[in-house]
Amino acid sequence: MVDREAVNCELAWREISNYLEGDVDPALRARMDEHFRACKHCASVLEGARNVIALYSDERMIDELAIEVPAGFGRRLERRLAQTARLSGTRWSSWSAWLVPVAALALIAGGLRLANSLSDSPPFKFSQAQPGHDIPPGMVVVVSTDTDSKLFHVAGCPFIHDKNKVRTLTAKQAIEQGYTPCLRCMRKYLNVASDHGAELVGDGDSEAEELSAGR
Amino acid sequence: MALNAVVNNPEQAGTTREQELIARVQRGHNELFYELIRPYERRVYAAALAILRNETDAEDVAQEAVLKAFAHIRQFRAEARFSTWLIQITVNEALMRRRRERTVMMEGIDERRAEESGYAPRDFADWREIPSEALERKEVRQKLADALATLDRKYREVFVLRDMEQLNIQETAEALGISVASVKTRLLRARLMLRELLAAGWERGWFSRLPFEKGNKPW
Repeated sequence: MVDREAVNCELAWREISNYLEGDVDPALRARMDEHFRACKHCASVLEGARNVIALYSDERMIDELAIEVPAGFGRRLERRLAQTARLSGTRWSSWSAWLVPVAALALIAGGLRLANSLSDSPPFKFSQAQPGHDIPPGMVVVVSTDTDSKLFHVAGCPFIHDKNKVRTLTAKQAIEQGYTPCLRCMRKYLNVASDHGAELVGDGDSEAEELSAGR
Repeated sequence: MALNAVVNNPEQAGTTREQELIARVQRGHNELFYELIRPYERRVYAAALAILRNETDAEDVAQEAVLKAFAHIRQFRAEARFSTWLIQITVNEALMRRRRERTVMMEGIDERRAEESGYAPRDFADWREIPSEALERKEVRQKLADALATLDRKYREVFVLRDMEQLNIQETAEALGISVASVKTRLLRARLMLRELLAAGWERGWFSRLPFEKGNKPW
């Protein structure tokens, strides 16, 4: 129990935070109120502390703390949310789900070398070469056996990495095995929209890149 | 006029938009949930980090908390603020993680005794209130953040958890592994020290361009 006479400035300072928390008993609170009315110094301390709490509890202040959300946090979070939604059998079609194909289209349209250099880009290259080709299915072609290239060529094509390490097959077989026509030697069989387009796709030809690099 | 008032008030407009999003997610438009929580990503992460003090754990807990909020979104009632609900879930998740990992370190007796020694304010001048509207100014927020950064870590942690992240005293004690009494003592000191720093800030002109509240006298 707090003696009425003991509510002096020192006690007021000690209890001021609890007072603001509503964590003092009613009797002490009444005596503190009385003290604050009588003591302008303590009233000033109380007002200042109250103001501090009001300012810092504002949500805008959280953003001022020097805390950076880790890179990729949002992407990882969204992915987990999508997985959770799918597991629960509910729909999920977020903005980033369609952003990916849109971005891919933008890359195609722009002919960015970065997109072309992706190792998993055959569908992209194939999309321009395959539908419009007039390559005879029985035509004999060759593919390289010492590189990961997925291109097939006319025998003797200068863009084959090592002409001594080739495998012979038909164009139909090559296409069935996931190979796409070399845009240089097969050019006359392809309905490529323009030279520019051919050049863009050709930039993804790893063997040609190696040749032009002097290898 | 009334319409303009709503349109011109981003906070109000944001709240309305948020309520719409909540209602739609509750009706099954799950794809909107990320849009709903995106403005709070940073707050969620900050709350988790304040408790766990480890970036990897904080990200993990922050994500778990959001997933939990997603799973329970239909239980959210509009009487509460969505951000408060979300942060409370995060705090609960973080505290559970701390308990599970048994990383709580209780303070020593000497430290507790040191907490109990008195603290007297040094500045008794009339307090000149800094209105919340002042926080619209980036430089004011930055000054307040700078003032907070000057506090010793033990005071800053308690203040951030209680007064900024809105944990209660018990939760703050649990999060930091200290006694409730120590939380109260540190909180008192943090608040009074910040009051003095802001008072000094007035003298340095931090808030000099703020409008004076009627009846609040400069000292």
